[in-house]
Formats: sequence, C-alpha cells, structure tokens
Amino acid sequence: MMNWAAASPEIFLAVAGMAILLFGVLLKKENAALCTMLVLGAFAATFVMVMQTVPQTAYSSLFVTDAFASYAKLLILAGGALTMVLSLDYNERQGIGRFEFPVLMLFSTVGMMTMASAANLMTLYMGLELMSLSIYVLAAFAREELRSAEAGLKYFVLSALASGLLLYGISLTYGFAGTMDFAKLPDAVTGVDGVSTGLMVGIAFVIAGLAFKLSAVPFHMWTPDVYEGAPTPVTAFMSTAPKVAPFVVLLRVLIGPFGHVSVQWQPIIEVVSIASMLLGSFAAIGQTNIKRLMAYSSIGHMGYALVGLAPGTESGVRGVLIYLLTYVAMSAGAFACVIAMRRQGKSVERISDLAGLAKTDLPLASLLTLFMFSMAGVPPFAGFFGKLYVFLAAVQSGLWLLAIVGILTSVVACYYYIRIIKVMFFDAPAPAFDTRSASVSFVAIASGMFTLLFVLALGPFTGAAEAAARVLFG
Amino acid sequence: MLFATAVFAPLLGALLAGLPGRVLGDRAAQLIAICFMLLASVCGVAAWVQHIYLGVPNGVVPVADWITAGDFRLQWALQYDTLSTTMVAMVTCVATLIHIYSVGYMAHERFTTSRFFGYLSLFSFSMLMLVTANNLVQLFFGWEGVGLCSYLLIGYWYDRPSACAAAIKAMIVNRVGDLSFALGIAAVFLRFGVVDFSTIFAAVPAHVDDMYHLLGTDFRAYEVIGVLLFIGAMGKSAQIFLHTWLPDAMEGPTPVSALIHAATMVTAGVFLMARMSPLMEYAPGALGMVTFIGATTCLFAATIGCVQNDIKRVIAYSTCSQLGYMFLAAGVGAYQASVFHLITHAFFKALLFLCAGSVIHAMSDEQDMRKMGGIWRRVPVTYAAMWMGSLALGGVFPFAGYFSKDAILNAAFESGSGIGLYGFACGSAAAFLTAFYSGRLLFMTFHGAPRADHHTMEHVHESPLTMTGPLMALSVGAVLAGWWFYPQFIGSLQQAYWQGALFNGANNHVLQRLEDVPAVIALLPSVLGLAGFAIAVWFYIINTALPVRLAERFRPVYLFLLNKWYFDELYDRIFVKPAWFLARLLWHTGDETLIDGVPNGLAELTVDGSRQAVRIQTGSIAIYAFTMLIGLVGLVSIFLFNR
Repeated sequence: MMNWAAASPEIFLAVAGMAILLFGVLLKKENAALCTMLVLGAFAATFVMVMQTVPQTAYSSLFVTDAFASYAKLLILAGGALTMVLSLDYNERQGIGRFEFPVLMLFSTVGMMTMASAANLMTLYMGLELMSLSIYVLAAFAREELRSAEAGLKYFVLSALASGLLLYGISLTYGFAGTMDFAKLPDAVTGVDGVSTGLMVGIAFVIAGLAFKLSAVPFHMWTPDVYEGAPTPVTAFMSTAPKVAPFVVLLRVLIGPFGHVSVQWQPIIEVVSIASMLLGSFAAIGQTNIKRLMAYSSIGHMGYALVGLAPGTESGVRGVLIYLLTYVAMSAGAFACVIAMRRQGKSVERISDLAGLAKTDLPLASLLTLFMFSMAGVPPFAGFFGKLYVFLAAVQSGLWLLAIVGILTSVVACYYYIRIIKVMFFDAPAPAFDTRSASVSFVAIASGMFTLLFVLALGPFTGAAEAAARVLFG
Repeated sequence: MLFATAVFAPLLGALLAGLPGRVLGDRAAQLIAICFMLLASVCGVAAWVQHIYLGVPNGVVPVADWITAGDFRLQWALQYDTLSTTMVAMVTCVATLIHIYSVGYMAHERFTTSRFFGYLSLFSFSMLMLVTANNLVQLFFGWEGVGLCSYLLIGYWYDRPSACAAAIKAMIVNRVGDLSFALGIAAVFLRFGVVDFSTIFAAVPAHVDDMYHLLGTDFRAYEVIGVLLFIGAMGKSAQIFLHTWLPDAMEGPTPVSALIHAATMVTAGVFLMARMSPLMEYAPGALGMVTFIGATTCLFAATIGCVQNDIKRVIAYSTCSQLGYMFLAAGVGAYQASVFHLITHAFFKALLFLCAGSVIHAMSDEQDMRKMGGIWRRVPVTYAAMWMGSLALGGVFPFAGYFSKDAILNAAFESGSGIGLYGFACGSAAAFLTAFYSGRLLFMTFHGAPRADHHTMEHVHESPLTMTGPLMALSVGAVLAGWWFYPQFIGSLQQAYWQGALFNGANNHVLQRLEDVPAVIALLPSVLGLAGFAIAVWFYIINTALPVRLAERFRPVYLFLLNKWYFDELYDRIFVKPAWFLARLLWHTGDETLIDGVPNGLAELTVDGSRQAVRIQTGSIAIYAFTMLIGLVGLVSIFLFNR
C-alpha cells in the first residue's frame, strides 16, 4: 500500500497551481494580482501542511519527509512568497503583469520542494528540472526586452549543459553503485577496495551540476548576466529559494550517501568555496549595476555557505542551514530595496542612482543599510550569525584555511557593501525615487525586522536548524 | 561617617560645580565648591579631633567593593588613623582657604571659572583619596587622580602654549615616577599576595630575607620595593632628576601652585614614605638612597632659588628644597619629623604662594621681581603675611618652620651614619640659602626704589578680603603650627599621638635622641637662618650693587644656577630630542610608509584583482560553457589526485 499522504503538500501545491492556471485562462480579464494572491494563499496552506508532515519515506524510497526536508521547504516557501509579493507591484508597473508569472513561480517551488524531499537521485533530477524550466521562462518573462530574453536564453543553454553534467554524474553513479537510492548508496560506496574511480567521477559531476544552480565558482558565469537581465523580482526569486533547494540537496547527497567518503569530496568543496568567496568579493568591487553587484554578492554568499559543508559535520550543516535562512531574508530585503528604485516610472539599477538616498528617503536608505551591514557580516545583524556558525564549524574541524579566507574576503566584501551605504548617506542627493508600493515596503520591513531581530530569536532558529541537521547524521 | 564626608564632599562639590557650571553661572559654582570644601574641612578637622582627643580608635571605613577576581579582593575603604586624619585635616583646611582665595584671584577671568573650581575640588578629592587609601591600589588611584588634576590645572589657560607645554611636561615626568610606583605595587603584590596595608605590614617581618635575583645579582626584596616606591615618590614630590616639572608648573593660576605645592600633589611622595614606613624600615639601603636624594635636592634647589627672578619660581624651588628636607627626615628614620615638616610647610608654603599671587595681582600680573620693589606700604596685609611666611620658611624661631626643620637637622645629625651627616651638611647649607633667598624675595619685591613703570605703580592695591582673609588665616598657621604641634608630632607626646600609624624599627631611636644633640647643633638652623637674612639685607637693602658685581665676577656659577643646573637642557638632549627623532621615524617610516602603505597597497591590489576577475565575463555563452567544463575537469582532477 503506497503512502500517498507523504507528498501531500507538493501534490496540493501542484493541483492548486493547475487550478489557478485554469482560473487565469478562463477569467480572461487582467487578473495577475488576483492570481498572485491565490498563489500566495496556496503557499500559506502548503506552509501549514509542511509544518504538519510526519517523518516518513514513501513511493518505494523515492521520497522522504523529515525535519531536514521540512526546514528546507518552509524556507523555500517563505523565500518564494516574499519574492512573489515583490513581483506584484513591479510587474504591473513594468507592463509584464500576467497571471502566468505567479503560476510559474509556484511550479518552480513545487520542483524545489520535491528536491528537498528527494531520497533518490532520480527524484532529485525531476525536482531540479521542474524548478529550472519554470525559471527559464521567468527569466525571459519581459519578452519585449532584449536583456530579459537574453538572460532567459543564456540561463537555459547553460543550465541544459549543467543538467547534462548532473545526469551524466547520476548515470555514472548508478553504473558503478548499482543504485540511485540514497539509503542504499552508502553500502555500495564502501566497497572492499575503497571507492571506485568511476563513482568518484560521478560524484564530481553531480556536485558540478548542483554547483551550477548555486552559482558557485567555476559554474557561476551565468549569474551576473542573468541576474542583470531578468526582471528584478525574478532575480530576487533566483537569489533566494532556488539557492536553498540545490544547497539542501547537495547537503543531503554529500552527507547522506557519500557522508563517509567526505575525505574524498572535501577538497572539491573547499576549492569551490574558496574560489567563490574570492570571486564574490573581488569581482563585485568594480560593479556599477546593483543587480550585477548582488549577483557577485550571491556568489560570495554561496562560497561562505559551502564553508559549512566542507567539514561534513553536524555543526557545519547546522551552520549552512542558518546561513541559508539569514541569506534568504537579507536577499529578499535587499531586492525589495532594489525594486523600490524607480524614477519617473522607470526602473533604475545603477549604484549611483542611490546617491543621497538618506536625504530623500531615509527609511529606505536605513533598510538598505541594514541589509548591507548584515550581508557584510556586521554584528548583531542576522548575516553575522550565519557567518559565525559556518566559520565556527570550519575552525572546529581544523579547516583553518577556509575560515581565514572567509574572514579576509568578508573584509574585502565589506568594501562594496559599505560603499553603497556611503553613496546613500554621503553623496550629493540624486532626484527622489517614485513612491513605492505597500507590498514592497512590506517585504523590505519584514525582512529588515527579521535581519535586525534575528539575534533575539537565535535560540529557536538554531534549534530548528540543529534538529534538521541531526536528521542527516541520524 | 564624618571621615567619609570629609573625603567625598569635595568630589560632590567638583561634580556639582564642574559639570553643570556653565548653566549655574560663576557665583553659584564657586559657592557650591566652597560650601562642600568647607563641609569637608569641618568634618576633616572633626574626624581628626575625634581620633586624637576623643580617643576614637584606629579603624577602616569601608565604602564599597571594587575588584573581585578569583582570590583577589579589593575594597574602596578609608584608613582611619593619625596619619590619614592629620593629612585630611590639613588638606581640607588648606584647600578650603585656597578655594576662597581663588574667588578673588580669578575674578578677572574672561570665561566662567566653574571649570576651575571643579578641578580644584577634584584635585582636593584625589589627594584625600590618596591619603585615606587603605590599600596600595586605592592609593594609586588617588596618586593618578592628583596627576590628572595637576595636568588639567597647570594647563588651565589652555590658550597659552607655555601652559600646555608645562602641563604635558608635568604629566610626562610624573609618568616616569608612576611607572616605578606601579612596578613597586606589583612587586608588593607578588611578595605578599595582597595590597591592603594592614595585611602587608603584618607580614613584613616574615619576608625580611626574601631575595630577588636580578641581572646576576641578588637583591633583597624590600630594597627593590623600597627603591621602586621611592622613585615613584621622587616623581610626584619633584626630587632631583624628576624635579623639572615643578618650576614649570608655575604656568597654572597661582592658587593652583599653592594647592600643588602646599596641600596636594608634591606631598604625596613624602606621605607615601611615611605610610610605607613599616616596610621602609626594613630596607636600609633604600632609606640611604632616600636620604641622599632628599639631602641633595634640598641643597640643589636652594642654590637655584637664590638667583631666580620670577617670584613664583623662587618659591617653587623652595618647595623642592623643603621636600628634600622631608625626604631627608624620612631617610634617617624620623618619619614623624618628616610629616611634621610636611604639615608646617603646607601652611607657610600655601601662605607664600597666596602672597605671591596677591603681589602679582597688585602688580597687574607682573611676576618678575626685578620689576617690583617699593610697594610694601601699598599692600600692608600681603607684606606682613609674606614676612611671616618667609620667616617660617627660613626657620627662624618661633615660627613654624623652625621647629620642624630643627628637628630634621637634629635627626640627621643624630642618625650617626655617614649619609646622615651628609644630609645634615646639605640641610644646614640649604637652611642658610633658604633664609637668604627668602630675604632676597622680600626685599626685592617690597623694598627699595620702585622699578615698575608708572602706570603699574598707580594700580598697585591691596587685594580684596577673599584673598587677604585666607592670608591671615594661613599666617596664624605659619606662626603657630610648629610651636603647637611640636610636642605631639615629635616631642614627648608623639607615641600617644601617632598610635602606631608610623613605624620605627627596633633599632631606630632617632626620635628619642633628638633632645640630646649638642647645643651648637641645635642652634645652628636659627643662626644660619638669621645669617641668611642678614646677608640678604646687606645685598638688597644696604649695598644693592653687590649682587650684580658678584654675578659678573662669578658669571659661570651664576649662569649655572640661573639655568637651573642645565637640567632642562640636559634632558632635552638625552630624552626629548631622541624621543622626537624616534617619533618622527615611527610616524614617517613606521606609520606613513609601512602601516598606511600596506593597506593602501592591498587596496590597489584588490582593485586590480577585481578588474582581472571580471575580464572573463564577456557575455559569450561559449566562453561561459567552456569555463564550466574547464572547471569540471579541474574538480575531477582534484578528486582523482586526492584519492
């Protein structure tokens, strides 16, 4: 007897997505806002359902629900919802307010949730593709705009390559291990004469495929272009939930089936992490476009999060989970501020457009300052604790190099984060921005509050992350 | 309670007068500061009377916990014994008079004087904290407090470069001594594990034979501690080698000079020796050094005092010299005589400074004695008070200075050691010089033909009552303090008076033998004093051309003295110039080139790296895909190499 209930949140969300799609088609009128609201409602319902799932394995061990998956799904849903709220106003003002937009986001979210629950490499791939396919369309959503179309296409082509790598890695793994089940892989991996070369190459390919989605160096090349070209809410979306899902999958795969060969994959993660941190901090310095800057910032942040993965310990995984949590909040908030950058009905993206914002719009300037400080890792904001926990885990496992590079690159990164603050507070004011809508303010303030007050709720969040991390080592 | 009030009232006064002073205005701030000082002096004297005459026993007044770290506990507590009550009574009384005097003296200030009164009160509080400390760390707190306040007050006229320089000089020279003092405290702590006096003194006999092994030689621990503490005392009390700040401290307003020289600050060193007498008594070597330095300073400063022309400078060097006497006394084991001289000196030195201030006030801020003269009829009160102060300073019977100075010289003579006799010789010579320069000061300032210009002379006037009042009060002290306190401090009643606050070693009978000195020796200070005055009369009244001729005849000697033995120039060569050189080196090479250069270079590297990092970001999908594949190959290679 198959246990259908295990995937009930995903099933519900998918069904709701199709229903809303139908509804949107049948309604015929301009109805993007309504559909967005419906999708948000579906997200809320799914959120509740996820909170109530019980740990179990279902569908012939293709699918697993546990505290780790739930943590990831809640984070994905929250990130998706926040960026969805951001799209409400932006899409309308940009003239791309169509009802397919929220539905695509919804399907992408379904894909990510599936990834989080994947207990088999095939499930993983399914979820990943569902997520990516939706995002290709989203990235090119402003189809009249050349940049957007280019972004969508670029992402599609490169992502297809990455998917190919992932699939190849999966097939190599299957070929050498004889199974794709996470539960059975450990036995296959620990052969009598150690790990076979083919299997290791397979792992490397899987890591590469996932690292592409994380925009970790050297698979990051698409990030600045796509971030810049895609409509800003899509960029915001891409920098939140679709970073969480591949990351938790990476955690689950590397810690779960390949956990006891961590010595083998650790160098790869270290190299990728260090390269990402370096590139993220150095390349961002010369940027003039804030979306490109955020792209490099996002690369850097993934590098920091990978620091927590490298030790392959429980405290490391906990650190990564906390890092992702704080990163989603900061990122959503920062992009809310970017979306608020409109002048005379047009979206502006240059950093110099922020000049003297403190004089014309102090609340927005303060919020963006908060996010920049948090991203730079200044205590007592949320971003500091994310960094603290991953560096702590690295140091505890004796990976001093990672921690040192991490801290040094944070210092370098401080420059471009704080430069934005400097531009806002000390440069001669540029003309004021248009009045921003309540939805954007809501996301900015909500994320701001979270970032600011995270320190007060450190206990519960760390506890949840710890519980989630423990599952992988159970 | 009385005692604690006496100590903390000035602090309250300082806070209330100093912080909101601008809002309160001048009068209110002055009134607050003076009221709290008055309260303090009433309580201080009452606490002293209670202890001495009403038989309230020695004790400790706890105030609060300060430091608790592991086994180490430290309290804020006030030591209640004869030494501290005597000092508190003296400090509060003198400080109160100086506060009152300042109202008149500072009347012509352009800006509000609330800051001045705040500092004065804080200065008094620091000194009270110092003398009432029941442990070394609290004493150090007060010690640094007076250092800080002296800095603030010497540099009170911060728009004068010379005042700022003098303030910094005082601070830095004191730092040298303070370092040594801090080391001394650390050494005491290392040896005893505690810093409060009663525990230390109780344990002193147990550690007599402890040794330090330093630089290949063995030193007795107590000698090391004693020398370290004494070097600290040298800084604060302006003994030779660390005396250079004191004359420059004249840059502050005159009441400050009075406070520094009489009641607070410079006496701290002497007080420290007296307070630590139970330990110092076991360090004969250190005591020898104390005697030597004290005696040398005493003579050295007196010689300089003879040729200075600035009225305040003469008095400043006399302070230096008198402090030498006090150390001389402490060095030969006569701590009682040392404290006795400290108290009498406080009265007549405060008096002299306030008189000088009154003169300067009358002469429209003129300080050079060569431009004074012939004013004694115009300022009768000041003139009379100055006479009494000078006679006391000169050690003429029956003024206060006679008793204390006589006792010190007798003690030095009776100590029987060679160093004691050296002290006696220096002290006697200094006594003669002291009388001479006191007379010189009097006659140059008040007698002879007026040398000031007509305009200034027209304005010469007696000071207001706020200034002359304290003069009269201090005059009484300068006249009577010696005669009144002699029996109690060092005479027959001394043991009943001190009640163990000062310690004399088992073999230390200096005090008992004071009365046994030959009549010639006993009379010597008076004779020398009178002789000094006589010569001053001859030089500056009868034959005024003689000093000029002498100065020309012995020009090198004159210049040597006028330039204060060239100590400032010497220090400038040895310490100041190299320090400047080192500072410049560290600034230009160390800071600008290295410390700034490294980050600047790093920043340039970073910008460069940033440019390189984005060069590959051309927008071409082919390059992107290629990078990914290269990256993958790299990762797989790492994987394979790593197995």
